[in-house]
Amino acid sequence: MYAAFCRSSVSFQAKLLGKSNLRFASTLVFVESTKDGKIAQSSLSALSAASQLGNPVAALLAGSASGKAAEELQKNPGSASLQQIFVAEEHAYDHYFAEKVTPLTLELLKDPEYTHFVVAGSAVGKSILPRLGALLDYQPICDITKIVDATTFVRPIYAGNALATVKCSQDKKLISVRASSFPVTAGEASTASISKAPPVSQVSELAVKWEGENLVKSARPDLGSASKVVSGGRGLKNKETFDSLVTPLADSLGAAIGATRAAVDSGFCDNSLQIGQTGKVVAPDLYIGLGISGAIQHLAGMKDSKVIVAINNDQDAPIFQVADYGLIGDLNEIVPELTAKLSQIK
Amino acid sequence: MSKALRILVPVKRVIDYAIKPRINKAGTGVEKTGVKFSMNPFDDIAVEEAVRIREAHKKLVENIHAVSIGPTKAQDILRTALAKGADTCTLIDAKETELEPLAVAKILKQVVAKQNANLVILGKQSIDDDCNNTGQMLAGLLNWPQATNAAKVEIDESSLVAKVTREIDGGEETISAPLPLVITTDLRLNQPRYATLPNLMKAKKKPMEKMTLADFSDVSTEPRLQVLKLEEPPTRSAGEKVASVDELIEKLKSVKAI
Repeated sequence: MYAAFCRSSVSFQAKLLGKSNLRFASTLVFVESTKDGKIAQSSLSALSAASQLGNPVAALLAGSASGKAAEELQKNPGSASLQQIFVAEEHAYDHYFAEKVTPLTLELLKDPEYTHFVVAGSAVGKSILPRLGALLDYQPICDITKIVDATTFVRPIYAGNALATVKCSQDKKLISVRASSFPVTAGEASTASISKAPPVSQVSELAVKWEGENLVKSARPDLGSASKVVSGGRGLKNKETFDSLVTPLADSLGAAIGATRAAVDSGFCDNSLQIGQTGKVVAPDLYIGLGISGAIQHLAGMKDSKVIVAINNDQDAPIFQVADYGLIGDLNEIVPELTAKLSQIK
Repeated sequence: MSKALRILVPVKRVIDYAIKPRINKAGTGVEKTGVKFSMNPFDDIAVEEAVRIREAHKKLVENIHAVSIGPTKAQDILRTALAKGADTCTLIDAKETELEPLAVAKILKQVVAKQNANLVILGKQSIDDDCNNTGQMLAGLLNWPQATNAAKVEIDESSLVAKVTREIDGGEETISAPLPLVITTDLRLNQPRYATLPNLMKAKKKPMEKMTLADFSDVSTEPRLQVLKLEEPPTRSAGEKVASVDELIEKLKSVKAI
């Protein structure tokens, strides 16, 4: 009864303060966007996870494109659970430097209403969340794949060879979310109100500077969220074979391209395409592995795919132990034939 | 202040990367008896990078200090770090206590102060708990900048500014930050060297300071997250081999994968 009384009085106070959308327990989600204001797919997965927690959800957008991104987010069918969007439209937050973004998230999280803070398990999320955890003196729960309840979560450890169910009794739960485990649910567009994020009381003076970037430009679906993935390994021998076999097959399927560490290290393709424990984790409907042996570290990144196809000339390759369909033979013969026949179907 | 680099490299003893861990019968942890342990691969890269920084800037680097918090046997991996080029090291004996990244970061903060370190290079994650936390937490506690997932590190001798190329989701980005700084290593930063036998022998003579968790009694090692259980992930049922491309396409059609 007392708790209920507190709750109603808090929401009453919140109304007085003009924050009518927030109640006693709320979830704050840090949402990433591109420079032109598009919402990152991994952040939509984070929103999907946040809505599973059952409390009202607020989003925080930061950076010079965040005003535009906020409108995009409002319209996005994946954000039905959103009640409020905070915008920190400042250049200082461009490139999401952890040193700059952490004080901003800290400011909002001072509010005891926020019991959960959720980020995507992206490069940005992984750089911000632990720094925040240290400053708030909380141990985050990283890369969760399942929400059991508001305090209990499942996360893979040992390269996905074990699933740990962990209970968190800290006041605030700081969570990063594995995108492939929380598909974006399409609902109605949200009616979330957009407001300015509160000013930061302790701005970081650390002199970190952004010097430039080298992004892989591609019209293909994003690897982390693609429904089909064609992936190449050491068995492709060189970059020319990788380009001449993997790319056309991916084109015929409208698939994203991935690779093993061996392929990346040998220079067959860019390292942002690496799938595995230390690269991206994917769980597409269809995964086709070409010339991939199936080391533990690579399997960690793809073994939750719905259908796995392996094409390899080594019949003892461990990947055949997880592949639904295996085809043994010469890639140079099989893959062009497969590509040609798939193109005909389309 | 004279310009000098004092590099701290935290290293962790983990189950060897090539071994498939087994969960114990009680479902409370991973079987550790009779299992091969080695240095966390990302930490090996961190040690290598520290040594390479000294090779590139001979006069700049005053000291490379390795530290490990773990069981008594973690001294083996500290010896390896010494053999690869670290000068001195500290073993913080935690016996069988497994610390969460937050506690590790708090202890490392004190080690940084004691060693007067101005550059900490850590692996981006350990391959057992897969947290990817400690470097960022340490940077936060020290209020230092952080350069995570480093694929390339260059240090300007005169300004002591580090230029770091980081691996990010869509490719890579380059940032610069003044020292003191925390860097975490990605796989592609370098190729770690092997410790040669003569160097392993020499490493036995290098100093190893021994401490215990009791020396850090102000740091709580109580776990914040309670592990309720560990379980094997669902195993995939063994699939079938197909004989031809046509058969493969038929199968994929039948399960509506294409």
